[in-house]
This record gives sequence, C-alpha cells and structure tokens, in this order.
Amino acid sequence: MTVPLLEIRDLHVQFPVGGSLLGHNKRLLRAVNGVNLSLAQGECLSIVGESGCGKSTTALAVMGLQAPTSGDILVDGKTIIGDATLSRMDRARIAQMVFQDPYASLNPRQTVHQSLSAPLRLHGASKSEANDRIADILKKVGLLPEHAARYAHEFSGGQRQRIGIARALILDPRILMLDEPVSALDVSVRAQIINLLLDLQEDLSLSFVMISHDLGVVEHMSDRVAVMYFGQIVEVGRWDAIFANPTHPYTRKLIATIPDPDTILHPHRNRATAAAPPPPAGFYFHPETTDRPDVYAAATPSDLIEVAPDHFVRCAT
Amino acid sequence: MTDTPLLELKNLHVGIPKRDGYLDIVKDVSFSIMPGEAFGLVGESGSGKSLTALSLIRLLKKPLKVSKGQILFKGRDLQTLSDREMRGLRGERIAMIFQEPMTALNPLKTVGRQIAEMFVLHRGMGWAEAGRKAVDALASVKVPAPEERVLAYPHQMSGGMRQRVMIAIALACDPDLLIADEPTTALDVTVQDEVLKLIGELCAARGTAVLMISHDLGVIANMCQRVGVMYSGRLVEERDTYDLFAAPRHPYTKGLLGALPRLGTRHGAAGRQRLVDIDGLIKDREALLQEFCFQPRNTIRDPRLRADGAA
Amino acid sequence: MRRFNLNLWLGGVLTLLVITGAVFAGYLTSLDPVFDANLMHAEEAPNGQFWFGTDEQGRDVYTRVLYGAQISLTVGIVSQIINSIIGLSLGISAAYWGGWWDDFVNGLTNVMLAIPSLIFALAIMAVLGPGLPSLLIALGLTNWSWTCRIARSSTLSLKGQGYVQAAQTLGYSDIRIMATQLLPNMVGPILVISTLGIGSAVLAEAALSFLGLGIRPPFPSWGSMLTGARELIVVAPWAAVFPGLAIFITVLGFNLLGDGLRDYLDPHMRTRQ
Repeated sequence: MTVPLLEIRDLHVQFPVGGSLLGHNKRLLRAVNGVNLSLAQGECLSIVGESGCGKSTTALAVMGLQAPTSGDILVDGKTIIGDATLSRMDRARIAQMVFQDPYASLNPRQTVHQSLSAPLRLHGASKSEANDRIADILKKVGLLPEHAARYAHEFSGGQRQRIGIARALILDPRILMLDEPVSALDVSVRAQIINLLLDLQEDLSLSFVMISHDLGVVEHMSDRVAVMYFGQIVEVGRWDAIFANPTHPYTRKLIATIPDPDTILHPHRNRATAAAPPPPAGFYFHPETTDRPDVYAAATPSDLIEVAPDHFVRCAT
Repeated sequence: MTDTPLLELKNLHVGIPKRDGYLDIVKDVSFSIMPGEAFGLVGESGSGKSLTALSLIRLLKKPLKVSKGQILFKGRDLQTLSDREMRGLRGERIAMIFQEPMTALNPLKTVGRQIAEMFVLHRGMGWAEAGRKAVDALASVKVPAPEERVLAYPHQMSGGMRQRVMIAIALACDPDLLIADEPTTALDVTVQDEVLKLIGELCAARGTAVLMISHDLGVIANMCQRVGVMYSGRLVEERDTYDLFAAPRHPYTKGLLGALPRLGTRHGAAGRQRLVDIDGLIKDREALLQEFCFQPRNTIRDPRLRADGAA
Repeated sequence: MRRFNLNLWLGGVLTLLVITGAVFAGYLTSLDPVFDANLMHAEEAPNGQFWFGTDEQGRDVYTRVLYGAQISLTVGIVSQIINSIIGLSLGISAAYWGGWWDDFVNGLTNVMLAIPSLIFALAIMAVLGPGLPSLLIALGLTNWSWTCRIARSSTLSLKGQGYVQAAQTLGYSDIRIMATQLLPNMVGPILVISTLGIGSAVLAEAALSFLGLGIRPPFPSWGSMLTGARELIVVAPWAAVFPGLAIFITVLGFNLLGDGLRDYLDPHMRTRQ
C-alpha cells in the first residue's frame, strides 16, 4: 500500500478550561479526542460535523496553528510534529488554508499584490519571479493581473474568496485546507467557487481537506467523508458509501435534517435514511441536544468497525 | 380561508431620498399573504428581501424610506398609522425574529423577564401573572425545565435555545403575522431542523401567518406554501412552492436552483456536474428583469390565479 | 454623506493654531523670549506694543507664550511617541504571544494605571533632575498603559482573523506578523489615544514645570511662566492668564481632535470612493 500524503494518527487536542489562578479545578476540554485520518494524493477528504465537534481544531493542528496534546501528523510518512528541522518556511509549503469569511481573511491595509508577494519574497523569489507568479495565479483563480493593485474592500465576497484561494496557492502547497470555503457566500457565487476549486484540483492535482457542515457541498466535492461528533470520528468512508448508506445514527440524523428543496418534490423518497439498516446496539450517539456526550471525559474505548470495504463506523463497546 | 389577504404589498418601492426623487433599492414589489399562510421570500444578499420585511414594520434605517406603494395590513395602510399605533401593532399583531438571537435579546435581563414584558406591555398584565405566563410560553417552545430556565440569562443558553426564546417572545401575544428573517442561519443543521419544525408547528396551531426570509432554498421549500424570489430589488417570480421548485420559470430562479449543490444529484465517482454559473447566465441584468418580470396585479386576489395569469 | 464633525474641525483648528504658533514663533514676533527684558516696560497691561502685556522683568508675554508652545509641543509629541512605542510593543506582543509574558505585561499595566502618572513622573524627575531630556523620559515612561491596553485588545480580536492565520501558515516570522498584519490595522484607535495623550502630556509638563521640576526659568515654558506669574496675580494678571489660556486651548484642541478622530474613524472606514 502506498504511503498516504497526509496521515493523522490518534490526534488529541485538549484545552484547560475554568479553574482558578493557581490551577485548581482545571478541567480538560477534549476538543479532538483520538482522531485517525488519512488523505491520498489528489483526493478531497471532507470532515463534516456541527460547530464545536472538533473539525476546525483538527484542521488547525494540521496547519500547525494549534499544538496537539498528543498524537502524530505525518506527511509522506514523515512526522511534522515536534520536528525541529522543519522550519516555518518548510511547513508553509506543505499545507495552506482557505478561510471561511472572505471579509476577515484579507488584510484591509494591503493590496492584493502586497499580500501575495510578501510570502513569495520571504521564500526567496526575486521581484520579477514574484510578479510573474502573481499574474499567473490570479489568472488561474479567474481574476485579472490588474486586480493586484487593488485593496480587499474593492472586491465582492466571491472575488475575495478567489484572492484567498490565490494566496493559499501562491507557495504551491501539497495540501489545501478548505475551512467552510463557501458557506459565507451567496448561492450563485458559491457555485462559481465550487466549480473553481474542482477545476483547480484537476489542473494542479491538488489534495483537499475540506471542513464543512453543508452536506450538499460535501457530497458534490468529496472523494471521502469523515463525520465528526464531539471530538471523535463516528463514521468515515467513500462519499457514495456515506451518502447512500449512512450507518451511524448521527450521520443519518445529519443527512435527514438538511433542508433540501427536493424533499417537497419527492416526499416519499426519504433519501438514504429510509434504506439504511437499523444501527447495531451500543452506538456512540446521544440524540438529544440536552444530553450531549461529556467533552471532558477521556475517549471511551470504542472502535471504528468496518461495515463495508473502506467504510468505518464507530461503535461503543 | 377567507379571501381577504392579511398582508398586501402593492407596488412597494423602498429607496434613499435624493435631490430629485428616490434612488430605489426595492422596486415595485407586490405580493400578499393570506391569514395562516407561510410565505417565503428568497434571494441573495442585497436582493432587497430584508428591506422589504423591515419596511413592513416600519423599521427601515435612517436614509431609507418607502418611496411609493402601499402596505395593507388587515386592510389598513401601515404608512398612515401614527408611530404610537405602529408600536402597538409591533409585537402585538406583527412579530419578528432575527438571525442572531444573541444580539436581539437583552443580555442584562433574564429571558423570563423579557418574555413577561410582552404580556405587561401589550396585555396590561401584572408582573406576577406575566411571569407565570412566561413559564408557559417557554414550555410551549419546548425549552426543557422552563421553571428554571426563566431565570437564565441569554448568555447561559445555547444558540438554539436562545432562538426558541426569541420565538416565545414573538409568539407571546398570538400575533397574526410572524416575520422571520433568516431565523436559523446562525444555527447548526440539526438545531436548525428543530427550530424550523417548532416555528411550523406553533404557527400552524395558532393560525399565525409567516413571512420567512432566507437565502436558503431548502429552508423555504420545507416551510412555505408560496415563495417569492427576489433579485436585484425586484420580485422576479412568485409561485406556489411546489410549482416553483418543480418547474421554475424565471431564468434567475432556474439559475439559482441549478447553482445549488443538492443532495443526491451526484451520480458515480466521476459524475460531478458543474454547477450553474449564474453570472455567466446573466449577461444583461436589466433586460433579464424587464423580460420576465411579473407585472403588478392588484385585482386578482387568489395567489394561484395570479401565478397562472402571469405565465 | 458624513455628518459635520464639529469636534474634529474645532480640535483641528485649535491644534493647528498652536502648531503654527510654535513653528513660526520666530516670524510672529521680533522679540526674544529670554533676553529682551526691559524693566522700563515691566508689568505693562496689554497694549498695542505688547499684545499680551509684559511680566515683572518687562518681557513680552506674547513672545514667551509663542516660544512656550515650542516646548509644550515638543514635550507632548516626543513623550507620546515614546509612550506609543512602549505601549504598542508591549501590548501587541503580550496579546500575540500570551502566556507568562501576557500575565507580566498585564500586571505591569495595572500597576502603572494604579499609580497616578504625575506622581510617578515626579519621582523620575526627582532622580534625573530637571531639564528637557529628563522631562521627556519621565513623561514618556509613565503614560503608555492605555495605549498598551488598546493594542492588546485590538491584537486579541485581530489574532483570530483569517489574514493573520494565513500569514502564520505562509511562514511569516512573529515580528513580521506584528508589524505588517497587526499594527497597520489598529492605527485608528491608537491615533485617537495618542492625540489625547499629547494633551495630557502638555498638561503634565505644565504641572511639573510649575512645581519647578520641568523647564527651569528663564526659559519660557507655560508651566514655569505660571510659577513666575503667581506672585503677580493681583498686579499683572495677564502674565498668568495668557499662558493659562494657551494650556487650555492646547489641551482642549488635542482632546477635541481625539474625540473627533474617534467619531471620524468609528463607522469603520467607509469605502473610499
């Protein structure tokens, strides 16, 4: 078996919360509670779940913006955690991020050119190389070279997101981390950005990790899908397996609650949820909002079981 | 159902006053809502859907004004009411819930007090009685342990619970019309589902009409009997929800539906179709608006007739 | 369609008036503030020759007020620049790095806020001795806590913005992020607090000089002029009134300017059309 491009092994991220000045009564919030994931070259892996489920923290850990409490992250089979020989510069070429809010993700005091050229210059490009690269990347994301002289506020939300994508691609990273890349955008603009991302993935053979709660977008873009629930992965598999045969009750609930215009057209085709077999006993799922799993507790000794080839579901033992 | 609309907008224009007349942002919007009916306004940001809603309750921000047209609520033109009469109507007959419940609730008062205020203000109850009613109101929006929760402050509740409190406040006086402006956009999907179901159930039980404003076609489709699609300040299509989603007529509506990545539309591993690019579709926005725009109709009252008549 | 900003205009005009007086003092008067003393004209009331009157040594109060503006503004602006540098570097780095450094800076800021800055400056002056350089140091070291607080809170809110995170992932060094991503985005509030700071530094200079710890006579500082005029308050009140008025106008000017700037910058940079 080939070595995956990115591999996350038993990742834990914990935050101390509450407690007094002297450190009494501090509890550990287990934001990410033993996550294992892998991403193959050229693949789009989506992590779905609701706010607070740990999907963003996982992404930040991969980006090096959040130090993991334990666990390992490997790129091409080599660890990138705690490796002193790996500089910020090297790390910048591994993964780059596209942020959710196109209004907060661009520095209002910098022109597009400034925000794109600074990283290039930092990584040793000459002035003319940088200019060529910027013109090239702007064209790739569907903007014009003359847009480089403008400030962020002169662009619409969709154009800003294109600039955000250009900035993420400027150093030619191996992985693009998409943090809710379209959820702040209008429907029509959303479609353009999704099309753009899929085109770029094909042209530049990029690998995506996408964080999203929008299952419509996830189904459209992903190769593999991981469903996260309170710091743990409860179901992971190929996109068609997840959407056609969701097995974990939480996944089913998630899919069933998406407001989908098609449900009024086909009220009796209650999508995949109807066809799925009842879950085996002992699933790690707490159905009511008032009765959520304890995020302070250590990971329960539960396993992902393989219900079909490359389709894993968590079952509490 | 009577055939007198609860709310009727006739050629509504909203604009910014200029030296020579108005710069209109909402142009010539006409629709009506029957008692107990759920009507959806869908559109992208800047389409004018929220301004339309704010003009209904006369809460437009400073330079904006209704420049032309009528807003008839139970046959009375809201434009002609005094500020005092309008205040009496807001909260009492027309209630509103907003996107972000945290900013709409007062952080310094318990949620129970904020609900009770509605009864004191509009029903003239004493605080003790209003407080008891507040517990009932919280129970009706399915907040667990309402006797304890009335004493909670907004920041002690989750987003979904806060939105339930907003709904309890809005429905406290049994209004005739509930305006819900993106009520679930800030919520997670499973919570959104619960809140939408709650709004649907409560309004159906009380016969409250709903004006639901959203950018999310899925939300509108599942909540509303009729939908108006707004684009660039105009109402470009107004139809029965089922008809609209089954066979959209206006090119913009078609584009909007095509631009949406919908569940179950991807077939096979390689079957990723490109989503419709509306900007590519719309070359000349004004021509598009003129070509297909629904003409204002004041005489035909039945929405079904209206939709067909315009085809 | 911005509303007319009275504070900004009035503050701007007053400040400009003071700055013009300071910069062009040599052109606005032909007399020397120190050496043109003439006891023949001592304690003259304002008249056509001496617009603001003269003091007990027959020096022109008008001339001395103009030259006093130079000292006051120098002290105000230079000490505020020192304050801003200290406050910004402490505030931004504390919020950005967090941990013990943040705790330390926070504690220091609170201590600074608890001690009245004039008393603190007084103590420093007592150690360094009077004179312009020690005045600049004393006032420059004692009034940075508000700048620090604002820089810290701005940084805390900016830190979560996408562009700051993006800069981190693009391999920027911490110092570069602070200088290029954080600092330019807090210019507005810092400008406001600095303007107000200049006003209070002018006031502090006057107070210290009045107490004899700042600028020593015969050099014209508004504070030291007030000291000298104290004994003349009955016979020659103009010798006290005009420097007092100058202090009032300057401090008022900078405070109005600060308030005006705050209003001007507050609705968050409308799109420049």
